[in-house]
Amino acid sequence: MPVIVVEVMPKPELLDPAGKAVAGTLAKRGDAEFTAVRIGKRFELTVDEVTDAVLAQAQKLADDLLSNAVIEDVVRIYVASSAESAVA
Amino acid sequence: MTARIGVVTFPGSLDDRDAQRAIRLAGATPVPLWHGEHDLQGVDAVVLPGGFSYGDYLRCGAIAAQAPIMHEIVDAANRGLPVLGICNGFQILVEAHLLPGGLIRNEAGAFVCRDQRLRVENATTDWTHGFTAGDEITIPLKNGEGGFIADAATLDRLEGEGLVAFRYLDVNPNGSMNDIAGLTNPAGNVVGLMPHPEHATEPGFGPDTRDAMRSGVDGLTFFRSVIERTLAAV
Repeated sequence: MPVIVVEVMPKPELLDPAGKAVAGTLAKRGDAEFTAVRIGKRFELTVDEVTDAVLAQAQKLADDLLSNAVIEDVVRIYVASSAESAVA
Repeated sequence: MTARIGVVTFPGSLDDRDAQRAIRLAGATPVPLWHGEHDLQGVDAVVLPGGFSYGDYLRCGAIAAQAPIMHEIVDAANRGLPVLGICNGFQILVEAHLLPGGLIRNEAGAFVCRDQRLRVENATTDWTHGFTAGDEITIPLKNGEGGFIADAATLDRLEGEGLVAFRYLDVNPNGSMNDIAGLTNPAGNVVGLMPHPEHATEPGFGPDTRDAMRSGVDGLTFFRSVIERTLAAV
């Protein structure tokens, strides 16, 4: 079954305390080459068939429900490759 | 007659019973409402209580904002029904677009529980007119995701139109912009705040005050305000 992936990230200008906590842990481990971490969300929407209408509806869902435009950006919506969606 | 104030229970609500108790202590009749219904049972006002509806999945309040009863609440709020959102209820109001902005994880990254001093900034709303603007009150606060944010234009509008209902005093516990603890809509019937007025309604069980331990009952004024306004409207 095809899978539509929606990726959502906290807005870059906003503090991401979870990402900051992970960045702090990396620094403590000595992984100093990673200077910042931000944590986002990935939604996998399984559909029977990918059509323009379904993609448009996914875009609408991404904007209206899966993200909150005040605090987050939808950074990417795409159809997963068959290898990527094999588990679905 | 007494006012009838609904309290909505969502899966994961925690403080619905406390809100019902506060309503009773303030002199009104609490009416339990269920998230999956479409019937507001003719209540005079609605409280969206604190808790962790749907385990805070997706975003705090986001799934509850889609609940069946929220259609009726949004419609009724737009027609003037008084609605108070407390903590998770505030998050639900924001996700339902009844109030602007968003609430994100506390700046310090930790859950905060404290007796929080607040300044009442807007004492004209259905839920705050028993106060005087500038009053300093103590209300328990307990949240992990209470950092209020909004874009610059929205913040300017909130400040310019007097829509900030409460501001944190002494300590900003969660990194909220402009120390904002609570908001009202322009009509003054929809109010949301992160602190919990229902936990400051009975001597012996409230926050500590300068007078005595656990003596704080500043939260009663929220419920008495809406009761008075509701009965005056009849």
